[in-house]
Amino acid sequence: MNAPDSSSTPLEVHDLTVAYHKKPVLYGIDLQVPEGSLIGIIGPNGAGKSTFIKAVMGLLPVSSGWVKIFGKSYRENCHRVGYMPQRESVDWDFPVSVMDVVLMGRYGRLRLAQRPTKQDREIARNCLEKVKMLPFANRQIGNLSGGQQQRVFLARALAQESDLYLMDEPFVGVDAATEAAIIALLRELKSRGKTLLVVHHDLASAKEYFDKLILLNMRLVAFGDTDEVFTPEILQTTYGGRLTILSEVAQTLSTTP
Amino acid sequence: MQQLIPPFDWHRIFVQPWTTDFSITIWVVLMGFFVTAACGLVGNYLLLRRMALIGDAISHSILPGLVLAFMIFKHNSTWVMFLGAFSAGLLTVAIIEFIHRQSRIKPDAAICIAFTVLFALGVALMSSLESQGTIHIDAECVLYGEIAFIPLEPPTVWNGMEIGPPSAVRMGIVLVVVALAIAVFYKELLVTAFDGGLAKSLGMRTSVWHYALMGALAIVVVSAFEAVGAILAVAMLIVPPMFAAQLSSILPVRLGLTVLHAGLSAVLGLHLSVWLNCSGAGAMVVAAAFLFVLAWLGTMAGSIRNRSLAVDRCSRDENLPQVRSL
Ligand SMILES: Nc1ncnc2c1ncn2[C@@H]1O[C@H](COP(=O)(O)OP(=O)(O)OP(=O)(O)O)[C@@H](O)[C@H]1O
Ligand SMILES: [Mg+2]
Repeated sequence: MNAPDSSSTPLEVHDLTVAYHKKPVLYGIDLQVPEGSLIGIIGPNGAGKSTFIKAVMGLLPVSSGWVKIFGKSYRENCHRVGYMPQRESVDWDFPVSVMDVVLMGRYGRLRLAQRPTKQDREIARNCLEKVKMLPFANRQIGNLSGGQQQRVFLARALAQESDLYLMDEPFVGVDAATEAAIIALLRELKSRGKTLLVVHHDLASAKEYFDKLILLNMRLVAFGDTDEVFTPEILQTTYGGRLTILSEVAQTLSTTP
Repeated sequence: MQQLIPPFDWHRIFVQPWTTDFSITIWVVLMGFFVTAACGLVGNYLLLRRMALIGDAISHSILPGLVLAFMIFKHNSTWVMFLGAFSAGLLTVAIIEFIHRQSRIKPDAAICIAFTVLFALGVALMSSLESQGTIHIDAECVLYGEIAFIPLEPPTVWNGMEIGPPSAVRMGIVLVVVALAIAVFYKELLVTAFDGGLAKSLGMRTSVWHYALMGALAIVVVSAFEAVGAILAVAMLIVPPMFAAQLSSILPVRLGLTVLHAGLSAVLGLHLSVWLNCSGAGAMVVAAAFLFVLAWLGTMAGSIRNRSLAVDRCSRDENLPQVRSL
């Protein structure tokens, strides 16, 4: 594949504007995500991080602009995208088991009315194993802790076997050991040439985890290699001078070489 | 009390319906079962999507639907009436969505606005037609239904064979179609109800599934209202899945329990109506609710027992003082 071929660009967004009730919350986002990178999306609450991810997948109507996934429209390439929503987006009292939820990750590959095959179950089991949730496969999802629910969602995203992953706050509510295990998994996916966009809230670890950062606050404040964009000036613009956060960041910056 | 509640005569209540009155009983029970099971199966998905009120809205839109269909086609054949009620149901859903999208009105308020206004329209149109003497729609029948009349319908004949009362045959077909559709499209109905965002991101057309479910709901309610009326149909949508939800947290099991509950409610309801000489549909809803309360008390007793076992275990364990305070 030669370089200018857009079909090797996992995600290309041009002039994307998204509005809720005619009130824009994201303006003119332009970016091109290279293949095989682990990218953090950071920004304050209400910055439009979830909105950005949803708009990329066409879950929200966009006011202007376009999105291309591996050079085609989202609909044409939806089977190449894996999605991990925020945990609060579903009802955890729903009468399904952990296995049922992970199998949903396989639904995109099944025809209308086709049931998951033995092979799908095998893949789902492998993904549960990877997040150490296999012993819980037959549990009703309501009987899990928050961190376990998060791991089930991760397993479901893994089961999609996609080339581009969009993850909304996968680290919320998990303990340090689980967080380390998850980031190891994400790095492994990256080493296999997958591209991952991960919404993340903890600035202290963002610098360590991600190759590149997307800094959002209604507009695209910056996008680039972590070393280049993780600077006090850019963070200040993104977070709009919120003192507590900035002092933390200043500390992070002064303690990391 | 002696006059209010008729004496409990075992033979009259439990034996006679299944011997001398068998040909009537069987169709009342079957119709009750078909209605409750079909409504309950669809109702499971309403409950999962937190859309219980939509059933209320669709059932109330039947009245204006019937009246408008009659005004447009000047005809009161079953199919015209069915079509009118069905389209009114879907139109109600579309109106609700339109209101919800175009304004910041919350869905529950949008539902209440849409269906009360449509129902009022139905009442107004009907009374104006009646005062002209053009038609007589029995409002009581639309609202409460009369299951006891079902066995009196001239039976449907197919290939020279008498099958049964047309309403019951129709309802039976609806039940089979609903059950088959749930079995065939289990995966699609599951993921669109659980996580619409994921379903859409997988390339599924979630709005098509939403309207398919609403269409099924409209068909079920419209076919049911002759027997149980528009108001009791709402109970049939909600009570069986609530019963099932008390007993299981596995969706296929819940669907099975819904059907079982429908059968039990129909039989119990029949005997209750024979005993009290009351409306069959009303008695079936009372029986259905009674079964729900039993299941609910059962699970409450179960969870209290579990908790006291847990407290026993904790109080033996000196290291867990904070749990003991439960
Ligand atoms: N369904 C909605 N209707 C109207 N406005 C919304 C809706 N969802 C989000 N918004 C608004 O859009 C903006 C961006 O929201 P979004 O959820 O994308 O933020 P976020 O960056 O993901 O925040 P968080 O860090 O809290 O998850 C917010 O100002 C929010 O108020
Ligand atoms: Mg968010």
